[in-house]
Amino acid sequence: MKKHQPSDTGRRSFLKTTGHLMIGFNLLPLAFCQTKGATNEIPAYPGIPLRPHVDGKLVDSWIRLDAEGFLTVLSGKQELGQGIKIALIQIAAEELDISPDRCRIINSDTGQTANEGFTAGSNSVEGSGKAIRNAAAEARRYLLAMAAEKWSTSPDSLSVTNGTIKSPKGDEISYWKLLEGKHLEGTVTGTAPTKAPRDYRYVGQSLQRDDIRKMALGEPHFVHDLRMPGMLHARVLHPPSYHAKLESLAPTAVESMPGVVKVIRDGSFLAVVAEREYQAVKAREMLKSLAVWSEVPLRPLPRELAESMTTSLGKVEEVQMSPGIAETIKSSTISLQAEYFRPYHMHASMGPSCAIALWEEELLSVWTATQGVYPIRATLADLFSLDEEKIRCIGVPGSGCYGQNGADDVSGEAALIAKKLPGRPIRLQWMRESEHQWEPYGTAMAFRLAAGMDAEGKILAWDTTLWSDSHSTRPNGRAGSFVSARHLDTPFEFRKGGFSAGSYRNGIPEYSIPAKQLQLYNFAGPLRTSSLRGLGAYANTFAMESFLDELIHRAGKDPIEFRLENLEDPRARAVLEKLAEKADWKSRQKTALNGFGIAYSRYKNSTSYFAALAEVDIDKANQTYRLKKLTGVIDSGLVINPDGLRNQCEGGMIQSASWSMLEEVRYDGNGIISENWSSYPILRMMDVPEVEVHLIDRPDTPPMGAGEAAMGPVAAAIANAIFDATGSRIRDLPLKAEKIAWNTL
Amino acid sequence: MSQSITLRVNSQRRTFSADPEEPLLYILREEFGINGAKYGCGLHQCGACMVLADSKAEPTCLRPCGSFEEIEITTLEGLAKDGGLHPVQQAFIDVQAAQCGYCLNGMIISAAALLESNPHPSESEIRAALNPVICRCGTHSRFVKAVKLASEKPNPGL
Repeated sequence: MKKHQPSDTGRRSFLKTTGHLMIGFNLLPLAFCQTKGATNEIPAYPGIPLRPHVDGKLVDSWIRLDAEGFLTVLSGKQELGQGIKIALIQIAAEELDISPDRCRIINSDTGQTANEGFTAGSNSVEGSGKAIRNAAAEARRYLLAMAAEKWSTSPDSLSVTNGTIKSPKGDEISYWKLLEGKHLEGTVTGTAPTKAPRDYRYVGQSLQRDDIRKMALGEPHFVHDLRMPGMLHARVLHPPSYHAKLESLAPTAVESMPGVVKVIRDGSFLAVVAEREYQAVKAREMLKSLAVWSEVPLRPLPRELAESMTTSLGKVEEVQMSPGIAETIKSSTISLQAEYFRPYHMHASMGPSCAIALWEEELLSVWTATQGVYPIRATLADLFSLDEEKIRCIGVPGSGCYGQNGADDVSGEAALIAKKLPGRPIRLQWMRESEHQWEPYGTAMAFRLAAGMDAEGKILAWDTTLWSDSHSTRPNGRAGSFVSARHLDTPFEFRKGGFSAGSYRNGIPEYSIPAKQLQLYNFAGPLRTSSLRGLGAYANTFAMESFLDELIHRAGKDPIEFRLENLEDPRARAVLEKLAEKADWKSRQKTALNGFGIAYSRYKNSTSYFAALAEVDIDKANQTYRLKKLTGVIDSGLVINPDGLRNQCEGGMIQSASWSMLEEVRYDGNGIISENWSSYPILRMMDVPEVEVHLIDRPDTPPMGAGEAAMGPVAAAIANAIFDATGSRIRDLPLKAEKIAWNTL
Repeated sequence: MSQSITLRVNSQRRTFSADPEEPLLYILREEFGINGAKYGCGLHQCGACMVLADSKAEPTCLRPCGSFEEIEITTLEGLAKDGGLHPVQQAFIDVQAAQCGYCLNGMIISAAALLESNPHPSESEIRAALNPVICRCGTHSRFVKAVKLASEKPNPGL
């Protein structure tokens, strides 16, 4: 055991980490996690000394007890508005028996936390949660052994109440007194016993998120709110379209504007830095009026896109083959084929992406809302040919991202700009049009589905062919993943990764079908794409569960009964049964003016189970429909925080309704037309449906990520409800009222 | 160009030198250190930048700061009075009405303005009042619930 570092890690202190001097780094992470002031019972959180992360195997990498009276949890996962902070705190508090109000958490900081890759794929609770649970259990075992030795008794005889260990004889000592300022230096062996779910006190409770209070009071929370001494404001002027090149620019008129410190031009990368934020905004406008670009038209155009996808065969990826399936389908009593389509969708974060970068003596620090501080550090290292150890990336919450929005790009750009102005923190925020036009979208996808069913309504074969661009072009250690690195005078090449699994996520039905086949064609589309909530699962589930509804309709069956008959997994059946019960499915009031749609999926075919019901009302006179209500049932295993889980599901359901009913990125040969909220409308308060969520808690099964589970089922449920109401099957998203055959009603 | 401007923000009067055409949002964030009002679109389309201007919810990302002279401006930070939270703030916390929270300023400000003029609004009145504010996380149902909860408490008392 080492002696404690001096606890005076004041905000102005200089810190030595990983062999070089870091100035003022403690300022923001500490200021930001110091959320509660002193109260009668709990003193103000003093923060913890900054120690560089060494190894995820150490207890100390996840669990720190060096702030007297407080447990500090360290996680490599970022808070994105999904409530991960409180969930991870609950897990740690539980194993160590410390009241959660004595717990704080530090997220995503290459100077302090473990490398946990990206905060993505709904796996933070599964991944980080498991690591933290094991580390906390290890810490508890270690602390109890220490106390037992001190009192010459058995650890099994000891109990813990809010961080104080007690013996049957009446001895008492707190964790902190016991440690006397030493580190928890053990390793996480994975053998320390964890609590039985029946003994949980904090896990399973709807504890409130501390950050909601801060935000409701207008306290600093977002990367956008950071202010540093000497900070300058930057704006980037992106090219008018993806392949445009800057031909000429006479910057003098911009350089002479009030407050302008610097105009940066490197190839087609253009930026301006000013003393005040609004001066930077004005200077960018001037740059825009002066820059002369040569453009390369975008192709294929939207009207050619679906056909262009399904006719560009290329090399097929045979994900699952079933020889003779075409014959089976052809010879079935009922044989169906249909094509489905999903357009490009936008993350459309409400707050345009923002980052702050600071260069000091060849050391770079970036305050970033990235989903992966380590991957972006590796990518910055490539961009600047710099040793990774000379870069520190500190995660700070941004506006909700739902995948890869502009947060990574803006971080790379802030670092490029700050390089030209060493010693000055550079705050770069994107303008609305940059976020809308330059973020990497959720890709367009096309599906050709075919199935055969016998006379009794048993599906015999299901054949899927799909076309998709990449769902993952995140920072991966190659600078070309930053969009502006491709625009530099010496450009970095962009290479798409080989991650095609995102494209066929949820592409193979879970239903009991003797023959299943799936083939994927990777399509290089005209627009920039990367991960959007659920990746391919959203559109795969939309297509699959809509097509299944077509088959069910042909078979004349009930959509819930049919699914129950064809699903073997009892947990899958349970979410549908609960949905039927809660929504009073059998006595639903079907009229000529409404419709009910059901859909189901198990996310990734391996995590959370989700069943959805959509109810729509139609208005024949105005040829429109209204999404009245969405009901969802989720089983995501052990529930850590029921209200947090509900919140995630409600949000996913409403967001999916917005994507599915309204959204498509519009573009033409000259570039992206969807540049703001009027050219890319999303669901607003007046049109948001009522939402109702029911949970199935399974305390004896592992917790599973839930943030993405609702997306696909909700899309299909709405399409199926529209069919139920109107007889129109809309196979290409979005589900616009004008696609309904009103004249046949 | 720059001229002397006097604004009254959260009951504090300050005179400073600025371009009167500069939108109020930037002044609030830079001169007054405000975090509540945020840049969202710069087009008055999303409501991230809302403040109370003489008790009415107003966007600030376009409207020149000069036009706010003589107007009582209250930001999210100014809602809490005498150590107590505004009922709308308390209700948002009680209902846990946030995901990422970027829209929270616009939602709370719009709700506070609504309750000031209409202490017991119907659900459709609540929806209409919050409609100018975008929420991308899909937290809408909680906002409605929170505003209803706040309206059930006596005296929102701005």
